[in-house]
Amino acid sequence: MADVAIPRAKPQMSEAGAWAQLKHNRNWLGFWFMLPAMVFLIFFLAYPLGLGIWLSFTDTRIGRVGHFIATENYEWLWDDSIFWLSVFNTLLYTFVASAFKFGIGLYLALLLNEHMPFKAMLRAMVLIPFIVPTVLSALAFWWIFDSQFSIISWSLKHLGLISQNINFLGDTTWARICVIFANIWRGVPFVAITLLAGLQTVSPSLYEAAILDGASSWQRFRYITYPLLTPIIAVVMTFSVLFTFTDFQLIWAMTRGGPVNATHLMATLSYQRAIIAGQLGEGAAISSAMIPFLLAAIMVSWFGLQRRKWQQGENND
Amino acid sequence: MTDLPTSRIDLKAVLHSSAPTVAKDDHSEGMSYLQSVPRRIVTLYLPLTIIVVVLLFPFYWMALTSVKPDEQLLDLDKYNPFWTWNPTFKHFYKLLFESYYPYWLWNTMYVAICATVLSIVASVFAAYAIVRLRYKGANLVGGLIFLAYLVPPSILFIPLATVVYQYGLFDSPLALILTYPTILIPFSTWLLMGYFKTIPFELEECALIDGASRWQILVKIVVPLAIPGLISAFIFCFTLCWNEFIYALTFLQSTSNKTVPVAIVNEFVDGDIYRWGSLMAGALAGSLPLVILYAFFVEHYVSAMTGAVKE
Repeated sequence: MADVAIPRAKPQMSEAGAWAQLKHNRNWLGFWFMLPAMVFLIFFLAYPLGLGIWLSFTDTRIGRVGHFIATENYEWLWDDSIFWLSVFNTLLYTFVASAFKFGIGLYLALLLNEHMPFKAMLRAMVLIPFIVPTVLSALAFWWIFDSQFSIISWSLKHLGLISQNINFLGDTTWARICVIFANIWRGVPFVAITLLAGLQTVSPSLYEAAILDGASSWQRFRYITYPLLTPIIAVVMTFSVLFTFTDFQLIWAMTRGGPVNATHLMATLSYQRAIIAGQLGEGAAISSAMIPFLLAAIMVSWFGLQRRKWQQGENND
Repeated sequence: MTDLPTSRIDLKAVLHSSAPTVAKDDHSEGMSYLQSVPRRIVTLYLPLTIIVVVLLFPFYWMALTSVKPDEQLLDLDKYNPFWTWNPTFKHFYKLLFESYYPYWLWNTMYVAICATVLSIVASVFAAYAIVRLRYKGANLVGGLIFLAYLVPPSILFIPLATVVYQYGLFDSPLALILTYPTILIPFSTWLLMGYFKTIPFELEECALIDGASRWQILVKIVVPLAIPGLISAFIFCFTLCWNEFIYALTFLQSTSNKTVPVAIVNEFVDGDIYRWGSLMAGALAGSLPLVILYAFFVEHYVSAMTGAVKE
C-alpha cells in the first residue's frame, strides 16, 4: 500500500535519474539494512539449528569430535524408558498447565475488565509474576514447598486438615502438581493481560444491543465475547503452549527432574544428558525430538492467523 | 507519555480504562446499577482478591524470609510465621559483602544492556527495511523472522555450546552478549515493524522529495517518531535478558562471571540449613531492579507484550 506512492511521484520529479537509481538500489539498500540482524540470526540461530540436527546423528561428546552414526541415538532413545517418561511428563505438564492458564487467565481478564476502584493499580500488580525472573520466583516456590518448613503444611496443620507435613517435592505426584502450579502461576498474568487487551477492542454497543434483546450474561459471553476473542486466544495460547513445552528453568530451579525423574521434561533431560553427562549427540537427539511438537504448535498459530484474516478481511494487519 | 496510536488495541486503555473518555463508553459502568452490592462482592471482588493474593503471596514470602532472623525461620511453633517484629538485614549484608553478589549483579546488568542495545540497533534497521524499503522478498523475510521468534532456546543450547566453544567465547560475557540477540532480534523487529507501519508515509515522502537519503529519513524522522516503541522494545528485551537462564547456565563456568539467576541457583544452594534467608534475599535483590523498572514503564511494558501478540 505505502510503496505505491513512490513510483507515482516519480514522473513529476526533474531529477528522474536519481530516482531511478534509488529505485534500482532498493534491493541493495534493503540488503545493507538487513545485514546486522541477518548476521546474528544466521550465525547464532539458523546455523546452530542445523548443527543441532546434525549432532543428533553423531556420537559427539564434550571434548571429542563425533562420527556419523546415522539414527543410532534415536534407536537408543526409542528403548529408553526415561526418555519416554520425559515425553509423557512434558505432554502432561503442557496440557494441564495450558488448560488452567487459559481458564484462569480468561476469567481474570473478564474480572479485570469490570469497572472498579484502583483498576489500573490492580492490573499493574497482576503482571508482577511475569516480570520477576522465573528462576527467582521458582526459588520462592521451592521454599514454600519445602518438606519441613513449608508454610502450606503449617497452615493446613493449624487448620486441622492434615496431621503431618506434606512432602511436596519429594513425592512424585505432589512434585508434578507443584511444578505445574508454579508454571500456571507464572503464565496466568501473561494470558490475562493480553486477553484483556483483546477484550477492550470489543465494541460496547454489541453488548447494549444484546442486552436490549434480552441476552443473559452467559449468552453475551458465549455469542459476543468468545467469538471476537478467538483470534487473539489462538495466538496467545500458541505462545503459551510453545514456551511451556520447552520450559527448562522452572523445573531446574525447583526439582532438577527429580524425584525419580517424575518431573523431567525433555529440555531438562537433554541438558542432563548433553552438558552434565557430556553426551552431546544424545542430548541433541532429545532436543531435536521436540521439533515435530513445536511445528504442530506453529501450524495451529498459522491457522489461527488465517482464520482471523478470513474473519476480518485481507487488509487488516 | 505520548503513545502512538497502534493499530487497534488501545494500549493506554489496557491499564487506565478508567480515563474519562473510556469510562464514558464503558458499558459496565452503565450496567453495574443492575447488580446489587452483595452480588458484586461474590462475583467480582472475592475471586479477584483470591487470585491477586495467590499471585503476590510468593513475593511477600520472599521478602519476609529475607528479613527474618535465623531462629524464627525454622521455629514455626514459637513465632507466628506470617510476620516478624524484629527484622534483620543480616542476610543482605552477607549477600553484599561476603559473596560475589555485586559481581553477579554487575555481570547481569552489563550483559543485558549490551545485548539489548545491539539487538535494538539491528532490529531498527531490519524493521525499517521490511516495512518501508519493501525490497524483493521483504514479506518472506518478515515471515521468517516471526518463525525465528518461535525457536526456543531449549533446542539451541547444545549446538550453541559447541559453536561458542569453537569461537573461543566459552566462560566469557561475550558469549551471552552475542547469543541473546537471537532471542531479542525477532521479537523487537516484529514489535518495531508494527510501530513503523503507524508512522504516516507522507512524512517520508516529503523528505525524499527534499532530497533526504534513506539514512537521514531513518535517523531524523522515523526513529524520533517511534520512541515509545523503542522504549517498549528496550524494556522488554532487557527483562528477557535478565530472565534468561539456560544459555547463562551452559556457557559460563567460573563463579565470578555468572549472572544472578544462575549464580543463585548454583552457588547458594548448599547443605546449610540456614541458607533460606540469604537465598531469598538474593532472589529479592535480583528481582527488585526489574520491578522498579516495570513500575516506571508499565504502559510500555504492556504495549510490548500485547504488541508482540497482536501482529
